Amino acid sequence: MKKLLCYLKDYKKETVLGPLFKLLEASFELFVPLVMAAIIDVGIVNQDLPYILKMGGVLVILAFIGFVCAVFAQFFAAKAAVGFAANVRKAIFDNIQKRTYSQMDSFGTSTMINRLTADVNQVQTGVNLVLRLFLRSPFIVFGAMIMAFTVDVKGALIFVVTIPLLAVVVFTILLVSIPLYKKVQNALDAVVTKTRENLTGIRVIRAFSMEEKEVADYDDKVAVYKHLQLFAGRVGAFMNPVTFTIVNVATLFILWQGAGQVDTGVLTQGELIALVNYMAQILVELIKLANLIITVTRSLAGADRIADMLEEKVGEENGGEAVEGVKEITFRNVSFRYKNAGADALQNLSFTVKKGDIVGIIGGTGSGKTTLVNLAAGFYQATDGEVLVNGKALCDKDLATYREHFSMVPQTAVLFSGTIKENLQWGKENATEEEMWHALTLADAAEFTQKKEKGLDSEVLQGGKNFSGGQRQRLSMARSFIKDADVFVLDDSTSALDYATEARVRQGIRKLSEDSICFIVSQRAASIMDADLILVLDNGELVGKGVHKELLADCSVYREIYSSQFPLEEEVQHA
Amino acid sequence: MRKNTLYMIFKYIKANTVLLMLSLLLALITVAGTLLLPILTGKGVDLILGPGNVDYEGVLALITFAAVVIGITMIAQFLMNLCNNRMVANVVERMRRDAIRKIQHLPIRYVDGNAYGKVVNCIIADVDTFSEGLLMGFSQIFTGVLTILGTLVFMFTIDVKVTLIVVLVTPLSFFVAGFVSKKTFTMFTAQSKARGALTGFIDEMVGNQKIVRAFGREEESMEQFEILNDELQKVSLKAIFFSSLTNPSTRFINALVYAGVGVFGAFCVMDPETAMTVGELSCFLSYANQYTKPFNEISGVIAEFQNALACANHFFAFLEEEEEKDAVDLLHQVVSDAEERKESKGNAATEDKNAAKTAEEKKQGSVEIRNVTFSYAPEQKLIENFSLKVSPGERVAIVGPTGCGKTTLINLLMRFYDVKNGEILLDGTEIQEMDRQELRSHYGMVLQETWLKKGTIRENIAFGRPEATQEEVEAAARKAHAHGFISRMPNGYDTMILEDGGNLSNGQKQLLCIARIMLTDPEMLILDEATSSIDTRTELKIQDAFATLMEGRTSFIVAHRLSTIRNADTILVMKNGNVIEQGNHEELLARKGFYYELYQAQWA
Repeated sequence: MKKLLCYLKDYKKETVLGPLFKLLEASFELFVPLVMAAIIDVGIVNQDLPYILKMGGVLVILAFIGFVCAVFAQFFAAKAAVGFAANVRKAIFDNIQKRTYSQMDSFGTSTMINRLTADVNQVQTGVNLVLRLFLRSPFIVFGAMIMAFTVDVKGALIFVVTIPLLAVVVFTILLVSIPLYKKVQNALDAVVTKTRENLTGIRVIRAFSMEEKEVADYDDKVAVYKHLQLFAGRVGAFMNPVTFTIVNVATLFILWQGAGQVDTGVLTQGELIALVNYMAQILVELIKLANLIITVTRSLAGADRIADMLEEKVGEENGGEAVEGVKEITFRNVSFRYKNAGADALQNLSFTVKKGDIVGIIGGTGSGKTTLVNLAAGFYQATDGEVLVNGKALCDKDLATYREHFSMVPQTAVLFSGTIKENLQWGKENATEEEMWHALTLADAAEFTQKKEKGLDSEVLQGGKNFSGGQRQRLSMARSFIKDADVFVLDDSTSALDYATEARVRQGIRKLSEDSICFIVSQRAASIMDADLILVLDNGELVGKGVHKELLADCSVYREIYSSQFPLEEEVQHA
Repeated sequence: MRKNTLYMIFKYIKANTVLLMLSLLLALITVAGTLLLPILTGKGVDLILGPGNVDYEGVLALITFAAVVIGITMIAQFLMNLCNNRMVANVVERMRRDAIRKIQHLPIRYVDGNAYGKVVNCIIADVDTFSEGLLMGFSQIFTGVLTILGTLVFMFTIDVKVTLIVVLVTPLSFFVAGFVSKKTFTMFTAQSKARGALTGFIDEMVGNQKIVRAFGREEESMEQFEILNDELQKVSLKAIFFSSLTNPSTRFINALVYAGVGVFGAFCVMDPETAMTVGELSCFLSYANQYTKPFNEISGVIAEFQNALACANHFFAFLEEEEEKDAVDLLHQVVSDAEERKESKGNAATEDKNAAKTAEEKKQGSVEIRNVTFSYAPEQKLIENFSLKVSPGERVAIVGPTGCGKTTLINLLMRFYDVKNGEILLDGTEIQEMDRQELRSHYGMVLQETWLKKGTIRENIAFGRPEATQEEVEAAARKAHAHGFISRMPNGYDTMILEDGGNLSNGQKQLLCIARIMLTDPEMLILDEATSSIDTRTELKIQDAFATLMEGRTSFIVAHRLSTIRNADTILVMKNGNVIEQGNHEELLARKGFYYELYQAQWA
């Protein structure tokens, strides 16, 4: 939490004024029992009607000033909390924007989104409540005690015993029940998971006739949850009765002691009532404080999670020489291992590609194809060996300028909400319509775009849901093709296309590659067999390097892949 | 509101009648004790009038009595809390248990047609809101009303005039609270809209952060983020500030009531006719505080109450969804009514018999589809007048473009959906006549969507045969070519699979699903795009295992890749819900029809 406090600095004034006004309000509240005592001891005893009215007026004025103070306090607290949340959100978003690929991997998308939404909301509520109540409640509790001292020292001693006792009880119950509620939450999560599983797996469960076992498992989970819930509830059930008892017993002590004090004339009847009233105020505030602590622990947990994320050093060191253009990329004994992974994702890779080349990368699932192109594009850094650009080590170059020469077609074809035009502008901000149509044509997406009523201005829904998988892939390719890049990377980006369409796209790529380097990652031999250089990967190792014919002759993995897809080539040709 | 909801709520509460009654009784005692204590304190104050005017004996007796009252109240309050907790826990448990059984009884059509999140939300969040809002709300309202009534009675017996002040001024706080919440409603709507816009944007951008970075769009996306963020900040401030005025406002009104009672109470004490004592005034003051509290609480609870009823509506609507006609009867049904329990016992008995029967009967595996018509939506025709005969042990492959009805056919064979017209026979028996569970027990199935449950790899492979030994599990994994990657996992076969298999690649998940089938010994096989996520080289190796598994077993194979199905005895080429070509690979190629085209497109 401490680390997040710097995001409050724009709201220093509010952070101080909020609690201050709250304290003012509380102090006015503390005067009320004293005024009441005066009414009884002076007004009633002297039968002084105007005095009573005057004191009544004082009560109203106290209430009104208290109200005004409270309004100010609420305003400042809300302003500080909301502003703080906005600052934190911005900081998190900025942090995410700066992350390199491997830094993103260490958190995961849904975690990052959670930090940015749910966690920030929780922290906002926490800050708001703390500013409003965290000072108020202890202030009233101790204020009541101090006021009690001004009324009667002996009576006040009862407060001195009662308050720590109450505090111990309240905090013990809290300390015991907070971890319990965490357990309850975990048990509930297990029930949620099981519920989801029974829906997502309904076909499999029914196919295996496992309904009864699943129901029995579920009943177990529900029973565990119930058990924990009851246990935690039992602890919580102590809170009200025990605090109630302590405060009321203390009141009885005040009464008993007061009897003696009044008898000897040390205390008046009105003052005795004031003491009783102060005791009542304490109970109310303590209960508020307990609720507050529960909320605050929750937001503290959220704050810790956010701080963890913000603390991580993100971004990459910029500097180094700017890259003017990419004419040649060389891998020299490159190995790469993902953070926390047990084995290398790529092992000792060496090859060179030049402008005008189409490079095909083929291999099974998990063989390291995507890792290879991400290394080539500088999204990850080699853990061993080096990547050279135009013959010079990439690590001495400015990666941001290097990546500007790349245009990527990612594996999952994601479009962004907006129009087709806006999506294409991701590739080139100031692209002309002519350029757009050219890119669409290369990606074989011009035809269906033309057929759309609004053409380039056709709406794209979030994720591109209103386009078919194949159309999405083609639009996502067009988005990359429009960029004046030196290197194009297509990461398995034609998997949803039928073979005839893919053939047309391949012609487009051929055109594109005349003046650039094209990396094509694929599982299909057909997609890469006419490449100028084919890299065959198997479990992170480069097991083949060459053109189709050569590999067919001397790379067994390539041959196996090929024959698994072209089983009886002759048969088709002769049929 | 659905008229059934109240009845259903009543039914769930009925099982807890004793707890409910006990809770109400204890609430009564608690309220009485809480109300009695200020009176006792007031009486005590009246015995302590001034120097030399203190009735020690009276005070002592009073204190002893008050101590007893405190003791009883404490115990009653504690027990009431326990009763309420248990009642809520019982109702929640029973609702969830009923819900999971309901899921097993629902037609697949329902599950396919409703977002999972919606159903999960109904069973988790709605049930929680309902139980907390309604049951806790009920007990709060009950104690609240009791407190208000009790306070009124006590106050009236002390003094009518001062009571009237309390009664007349207090509703003001109600009014103010209502006013504030009405005014802030639009602000909260604006806030949730702004929050929704920001969350949507975050989802899209952060969800695709790598693409944003690859295109260097960080600045643009930051700019847009700030616009949305500022907007949210603006509307949030309004909503939070104005809604937080409720407390100070009601507190202000309470303070006014307090001042009023103080002043008029003092007048009454002075007035010899009313003969109110100072102790009674002190009692009044503490009542004035107490009296307004339940009002504020109740206004809060009523909102929660409405919310809870809405949730109950959702939940019971879900429970009343139409079930499959002859849904599987689940043992240990949680039904409280004795009559229903008897009924389910009867069913259980017949089911036991059924189970015994299934064990004996093995199917030959001849399947006949006669003039079947089916569609998911009535206005969209899919399969029409479809017929097919499969002899025991035959391998049938189904190919065709997306949406041609391949998967639908599997849905019908397994009775995930029922045919609209026509019939499907298994070994001459109409499958509509068969028990669904029994029918499905004859099939082994691998689907494109790889479902794994949260648990260890071993548990998942042994899903269909939980009693399988480690050797059997390993053998199945070897056959599916999954043993290699499993042994490389940190804990081998005991590695936990996260929900939805988050820590595995799609291909690995598919291999586990295949291993799961390898372990069971089904009489017939259904493979629906079972190897679509596995690379072709590995697939080729698994094919051998499949070939062994399929030997002598009737098998249905749906595949996108034609290489997968070349060895099938019969290939059905489907288009728009009809079989347009049928024959083996060579015959179909020779025919140079649609299959030939597909094949050419794939390999040329």
